[in-house]
Parts: sequence; C-alpha cells; structure tokens
Amino acid sequence: MYPANCWYTQEHEWVRVEGETGTVGITFHAQKELGDIVYVEMVKVGAQAEMGQRIGEVQSVKAVSDIYSPVSGELLEINEALTEAPELLNQDPHGAGWLARIRMSVPQEIGQLMTAADYQAYLGEET
Amino acid sequence: MTERIRQVRSHPSQNEPLLFELSSPGKRAWQLPALDVPPVDPAAALGEENVRSAIEGFPEVSEVEALRHFSRLASWNYSIDLGMYPLGSCTMKYNPRVNERAAAVEGLALAHPYQPEALVQGALEILARLEAALAEITGLYAVTLQPAAGAHGELTGILLVRACLEARGNPRQRVLIPDSAHGTNPATAAMAGYAVQSIRSNERGMIDVDNLARVVDADVAALMLTNPNTLGIFEENICRIAELLHQRGALLYLDGANMNALVGITRPGDTGVDVMHLNLHKTFSTPHGGGGPGSGPVAVIEHLEPFLPVPRLKRAGAAWTFDYDRPQSIGRVRAFYGNFGVLVRALAYVLACGAEGLRQATLDAVLNANYVRQALLPHYELPHQAPSLHECVFSDARQARRGVHTMDIAKRLLDYGFHPYTVGFPLIVPGAMMIEPTESESKRELDLFIAALISIAQEAEESPELVLQAPHNTRTARADEVTAARKPVLRWRPPSG
Amino acid sequence: MRYLPQSDSARRQMLAACGVSSPEDLFAHLPPEVRLQRPLALEPGKSEYEVLDYFRARGAENVTGHPSFLGAGAYYHYRPVLVDTVISRGEFLTSYTPYQSEISQGTLTAIFEFQTMLCQLTGMDAANASMYDGSTAVPEAAMMAARITGRRGVVAARTLHPEYRAVLETYARNGVLDVATSGYGAASGRLDLAGLDSQLSDQTAAVILQSPNFFGIVEDVKAASEVAHRKGALLIVVFTEAVALGLLAPPVDADIVAGELQSFAIAPSFGGPYAGVLATKARYLRQLPGRLVGETKDARGNRAYCLTLAAREQHIRREKATSNICTNQALVALMATVFMTVYGKLGLRELAQQNLAKSHYLAARLPLRFAGPFFNEFVAQARGRTPEAINAALLERRIIGGLPLGRFYPELADAMLLCATETSPRPALDAVAEVFGRD
Repeated sequence: MYPANCWYTQEHEWVRVEGETGTVGITFHAQKELGDIVYVEMVKVGAQAEMGQRIGEVQSVKAVSDIYSPVSGELLEINEALTEAPELLNQDPHGAGWLARIRMSVPQEIGQLMTAADYQAYLGEET
Repeated sequence: MTERIRQVRSHPSQNEPLLFELSSPGKRAWQLPALDVPPVDPAAALGEENVRSAIEGFPEVSEVEALRHFSRLASWNYSIDLGMYPLGSCTMKYNPRVNERAAAVEGLALAHPYQPEALVQGALEILARLEAALAEITGLYAVTLQPAAGAHGELTGILLVRACLEARGNPRQRVLIPDSAHGTNPATAAMAGYAVQSIRSNERGMIDVDNLARVVDADVAALMLTNPNTLGIFEENICRIAELLHQRGALLYLDGANMNALVGITRPGDTGVDVMHLNLHKTFSTPHGGGGPGSGPVAVIEHLEPFLPVPRLKRAGAAWTFDYDRPQSIGRVRAFYGNFGVLVRALAYVLACGAEGLRQATLDAVLNANYVRQALLPHYELPHQAPSLHECVFSDARQARRGVHTMDIAKRLLDYGFHPYTVGFPLIVPGAMMIEPTESESKRELDLFIAALISIAQEAEESPELVLQAPHNTRTARADEVTAARKPVLRWRPPSG
Repeated sequence: MRYLPQSDSARRQMLAACGVSSPEDLFAHLPPEVRLQRPLALEPGKSEYEVLDYFRARGAENVTGHPSFLGAGAYYHYRPVLVDTVISRGEFLTSYTPYQSEISQGTLTAIFEFQTMLCQLTGMDAANASMYDGSTAVPEAAMMAARITGRRGVVAARTLHPEYRAVLETYARNGVLDVATSGYGAASGRLDLAGLDSQLSDQTAAVILQSPNFFGIVEDVKAASEVAHRKGALLIVVFTEAVALGLLAPPVDADIVAGELQSFAIAPSFGGPYAGVLATKARYLRQLPGRLVGETKDARGNRAYCLTLAAREQHIRREKATSNICTNQALVALMATVFMTVYGKLGLRELAQQNLAKSHYLAARLPLRFAGPFFNEFVAQARGRTPEAINAALLERRIIGGLPLGRFYPELADAMLLCATETSPRPALDAVAEVFGRD
C-alpha cells in the first residue's frame, strides 16, 4: 500500500525524492480520514517552505486539514489537476493526487522521516 | 401504554420550480399608487452612466403564483410547530405567538432608530425593562442588548475582556477553551486577536481544575466556559475555577447557550462569572426563522460596565435617554441599538412566564432530558455518567459495531417524523448524539421519540441497511454534499442556448 | 403555565422513571453555594391580554402615524401584505437552520432564490445567505479583503455611514486591521478621489465606499475602483438603501459588495432585526463568510439544495474560520425575498423611480448643500435657524423631519439629511418645503 520509495511523516504526508526534487502528497490513510476531498489550496509557487511548516490545506465536506511540508525548499510546482478534480486525491493519493514539487534545500532532512515500513507500524500504533 | 410508532406521511409532491422558472414577462404582483408629484427622468437626474439597464433574470410572477410558491416551499419544511427538535444546546422550545403580536404593534414596528428620544420613550422603556430582567436572571450587574446573535455576543464579550485587561496594562495573549466547546468560541477568540489554547476535559466530562491551575499563567486573558457544558453536565468546580482565574488576573467568560438548565435555579453571576452572553433565540423563546434572526445580549459584572458598547441607557429625570459619553467603551458592535424586534419577543416571554414560570420551565427541561436519558440507557452508549441537566449525550458506539453511525441514525429518525438530535458534536465524544428535548415536549411526544430511537437501535442490529439508506420517507433523499462543495452552484442561471 | 405541556401526573411518572421524588433532586449535585435561595425578582406571569396591553402601551408612547423624513440607514417603504403572510407561517417562522436538507427544502430553496436575486441586483457572481445587518457586513468584507490580499490597511470613505464606520473601528481595534478615513469634496458631497489615492499604499487591502453614500449622493464607483486597483487594493462597495438598486447601475467594478436589505419589507423596528448581505466575484468565493446554499442532486437524482462550502465556517474550522458567524438572518432575508418577488423586474424599477421623483420634487424647493447626483436622500441647508428648530416646527405640523447632521459631522451642524420615499405624501413634502423656506 505505501510505496517503498517514499518517506513519511507523522502528519501523514509523503515525499518521493528524485535527484534534488521532492514530490509531496498525503497518504492513503489521510485521505480516508478526511473523506471525500472537495477542495485543495496550496501556497504559491516560489514560496519557501520549511520542514514541518504549513504549505496548504485540504478540505472535505466536514473537515479541513493543514498540510505540513515534509522537507524544506522552494515550491516549484503545484498539481493544477486537483483544482478541477479534487477527487484525484482520494482515488490516487500516492500517484496522480500529488500536491506539490519542492526543490529540496536540505536533502539530509530525509533521515528524520519514516520508511514505508515504519509508517505502517506507526499507523498500527495509532489505531 | 404502547403506542404505534407513527411515521410521517411523505410531503405533497408538487414539483414547484424556482421563481425564475415560473417567471413570465408582463406578470405582476405589485401596484403602486399613482405618483402625486411630477416624474423625473433618471438619466437627467443621475447621469446616464449611473442608470441601470433592466435587472436581467429577476422574476415576474403574479400575486397568486408568489403566494403558492412560498406556501409550497413552506410545506417542505419541518418546524417546531410540527414537532420536536431534540437538538442539543439549541433549546428549540415553543415560540409563543403572542410574541409575534407584540413585535407587530405599530408603535414599535414603525419606530425609526433616529427618531428623537422624546418620541420613542416606549421603545427605550422596553430596552430598560429587558436589561433589568436579564441582569436579575443572570445575577450580573449590567446588560447590553446590542449584539445581533450569540456569536456576535461572544465577540462583544471577549472584546470587553480585552478592553478591561488593556486598561489594567496588558491585554494578554491567550484564551483557554475546553475541547468540548462550540466552534464559535475559538473562532471568536481568534477574531478578537487572541491565540486559542484548548483545555482537555477530564474523564467525567468536566474541566480538570488541577490541570487548569498548571495552565493559567500571566498570559491567559480568559477561560471561555459553557455551563452546563456541551455534555449537559454542570461544572461542579465552577466557583473554584473562577477563583483560580481571578487570582491570576484572568477573567471567566460564560457561553450562555445552555442557560435553559439554569434559569431560576442558579445564576452565573453568583458563581464568579465576569461576562456572559445569552441566546434569546434559545432560552428566551424567540423564533429561529430558519436560521435567524437571533440576539445575543451580554451581561457583565460591575467592573466591566464602563467598557460596554455605546450608547448606554440612562435616566434623565422621568425619561430615558441614550448616553454616548462613555470614554472607556469598546465602541459600537453594530449600528443602532440591537435586534429590537427580537428583544420585544424575549421580553414578552419573560413577562408571560414570570419568575415562577421561568423556574418551572427549567425544572421541566431538566426532567425531560433525564427521562429520555433513562429510557435510552439500555439501547445506546452513554460515555459520561455524571448527572445530566437539560441535555444528554449518547454515542453510536454499540451501533457502530454493525457499521451504523450517528449520522445514519439521525437520518433514520427523519422517517419517524422527528428532526434529528445534534450529530457528531461535541467533538470529544466520537459518534455523538446530543439530545435536548426542552420543556416544550409533553411526555407523549417524548415517549414517541424514545420509541423511535429504540426501534432504530433494533433496526441497526437486525437490518442495518434500512438505517444506512435512510431517509426513505422524506421529500428529498440525502443530498450529494460532496458535489455541492466540489462544484459550487450558488445561484440560478438561465439555461444557455 | 400555559407554555408547559406536562401534566402533574406525567411529571410524577417521569420522576419515578428517573428514580427521584422531586424535580429539585435532579439539581442535588450542584454545589450548595451556587443555588439561588430565593425566587427571581420578577413580576408574576401575565396573561396574554396583559402582555399585549403592556406592549400596546409602550407602542403608544412612541409617536407614529406622522409622515417621516428620516432615512440614514433605515427607510420607510410600503411592505406588501404577502410578506407577513409568508413569514408568519410556522414552517418558516419556527424552523431551524437547514442542516438536515431532507426536511428543510423550503428554507434552502428560498435562500437559493435570495442568493440569485442579490447577484442579479448587484452584478456580483455569488452572494451569501445574509449577514446580521449592513453595519456588521462591512468589517466582515474588510477582513475578507485582508485575507485575500494579505494586507492590513483599510481606507474607508467618510461618506460611509458613521455608525458603520464605528463598527469597523471596533472590529479593527484588535490588531487585525488598520483603518484610515478618506474625506469628501465640499461641493460634490462625494469621496475625494485624489485624496483617496494619496492615502493608498502597498499595505492597503481595501477601499470602502458607500453608494448612494450617507449624504444620499451617488459615488463614482468606476473611478474609485481604478484608484484602488492601481495600488493592488480591493474595492468594497456598500449600500444602505437597497431600493436604489432598482434604478442605479449595479456596482460591477466592486470586488465585494456589502449591503443592508432593510428597505425590502423589513420594518424599521427601532433598528433591528435587519439583514445584511455580502456578495463577491467568483474568484473570491472561498473567502466569503456566512452561510451559503448550493444546488445539487439527492440520492434519487432529484434537484435538491443544501448548505455548502461549510469548510469556511466556524463549526469546522473553529479558530481558523473565515468568521465566527453562525446565524444568518433567514427569516428577515425571506421578507426581502418575498418583497423582491412581489415587485419583480419591473416593479422594483418603478418603485425606485417613484422614490427619485419624490425626493427631487422636495429637493428642488430646498437649499441643497451638495451638488452631486442623489437618489432618495439629500442634504439640505438650514438658514436662519438650526435644523433642530426646523424639526420642532415640523413636529407642530405632525411631521417628523430629517436627521440634523451635527451629531456625526460637526462641519455640517447647520444641515439636515432628508429622505423622501414612495410613502411621502405630497402635502407633507409641501409642508417641509414651506417650513424650510420660511427664513
């Protein structure tokens, strides 16, 4: 369920690293908790994010959830497809439902995040 | 005594369209008297660029079609006149009709807010009388009737806290709010420029005073409390809580939404509350009207009086006058003086009930809630065992084992002819079912309500699909709220092409 | 007590079911020091007749039945009979907020129609289901502009209703907004746009302009929008006299419209309850506070209405909500909806034209203070005696005169704001002209 080539946060975000770029999203667990996603709002392209800092929010009918960046860096791109089709986040949270791409300024931060196996175990503890 | 559960009949099925779809050029429902002065050319008087073209899409219907339209819409609504709303902390009690007549008295309905004071002494007397009555009921010193609603009253109250602390030298930074609080509380604190700190309720559903003692420091401006809280439980330590706050220079704000449990029995002012708001559309019977208007008067202890919104009523000889010379006031929170028409209704209620009627209403409200609680105990989970006052909170824990949740149970209640209880609130009870019958329900109505919920519990056990697919008997089925939020359509548009 | 449906025998049965012998037992757990030891010091309950007598007596202590020339944010217009017929129905009067859409389609449909008509009138794309009133809609609009632009500054025209400005100042005082005021031209009575321009900076979130303004004068909304937008600020246009929208060009250059709907069949009622509204362009929709009703389908595929975009609101976002507002003024907004339905496309225009005719008939016979174009209100100059003295003379003729402006504008202490509507009879207009002209 949780791709092994990604790193995970306790706030249920994931990041996939390719060279200097991190692609960021929320996990399957997070979208399930939120229910049907109706709207996504991210900070603007070009903004500087810090690890653990809020970079946007996800709204469902009954809830709003802040998204915290798993890594520090400059926001290069946000997923425009989610404007028209926020349901992508529910359907494919680890693929087409990605939220943003960040040029990582502190690549070593990855070391502080969880592996897929650790995240799975963390979920087990939470419930 | 057994009674067959009566299900509501389905609503009449007229497919009444929107006004714009009924509209036809040339239809009219109005007639103005002929002008007794010469007409004026708008373009000449205003300048052509200031004159609009026709109001595109605005309806044109006849009087009978207008009346039929709104009458059919009305037939699609549930209302207190029809049956119970067991909504927790909403206090959906009977809206006495004499209150409507009182508000419609011409001298009151036609009074202009800027009419010279000598010509509106009747209105000023009503304001003064209601202020005095609410001060007596709350046990506080002074009352402002300006705020337009509960949330507006909350904001006013927290602004008063801020002004008071500023006058002492430091407005402070944080407001403490229990995790069981209504959403308006943190929203209000944020609007007033305070950071919000959430306080956990203890396992008995009340504020943990030892924890509070650790949290209240010199940076805390106030604690916003609801009493009884949103679990319907009286904060037994309220006097100690007030003392603790006062010792550290903080204030106690009371959200008066649950005042219906207290009137005539205890007074917030006597428990150390500094400032509170009331919801006239809850405790004081003014009608909800489908979502408003309400009114949220704020009552304060003596040392907060100088900060109250301006103007204040005062005596000038035998007459009433508005005093605008209030240098410490927080200012105005709205134009004019308050939702006067709502204030009239509330005063009519107080006059009709009198001291004894108000007290009896409280006793009945609490008895009704406890009767429902007792009857439902064998069937639904009660997460907090502390005594309930005017409302009780169950959870869907037992039904959830069969995949049935509080929202489903609520929707199935619609099939039994009841408006649901408050679903999913307070947040500290997962799957909450918050029930407040109010004093306006007879034992017969309560028994029907209880029987409906017991039947639904049984259905959840034996045929959960029936509950999950509910409602079955209403005019419309569950609305697709997801699409409504993803692709908002907030107005009618003419069909294109 | 007649509002309480329980019989004594029912109470006894219920007490038994609860395992207590008296209702006071249910309060036994309250600490003794909080228990009230005496009855409330209120009079005994009154009969229905006595209650009505009380209010009739208070009504009689207010002067009514005189033609009145007061406006200034609360207006006298005919109220079609159908309005009370509709809103006094129990299904509208005593129903709750339409959270359960299946049994609230009446309220929801009417609100959807309201939202639509307000868009049609104002030229905006989306309108909410109403705010408490016009005065509180203004700070809500200002905070909305602050959220959208990320800026804190607000410049409000001095010709914005003084009590609306006072409310804005109260809301702003807690550090969320910085409010400045921009003056008007002494000759035109309109906002001085050159002055406005000099006050704007890259910290200005919004300019707030009322049109027709407090003096009754129609502002140049288009020019003001250009000044605001050049500096990256939004334009908020406020209206207090909704009937003007029947004839005046809608404020399409505004980014946010905030208004008061009292003119649409809401009795003046000594200042409330009224109904405000906020409307905006499509791109700002998600920042709009207050309830919104949206169209959707139900599970059977039929058109249905429901509350929507709740993720802006306090019951979900709590301290991050766009506002703390919970109520909308549903019943009052319904009065406005019925009013707009009765008058309709042509009637509202005719109504506005009658207002224009009445006010201009009177204004032609009085010394005017300002030269700008006006709708149904204008400022007249008192000569030789004070506005208060003129009003005293009018009262002797059983007419209530206009609002002396000294209380709000010291520089206009010798002037009076007069409002004439379709309800102002010609003999009263002639009497006012006569009394004014006597010096």
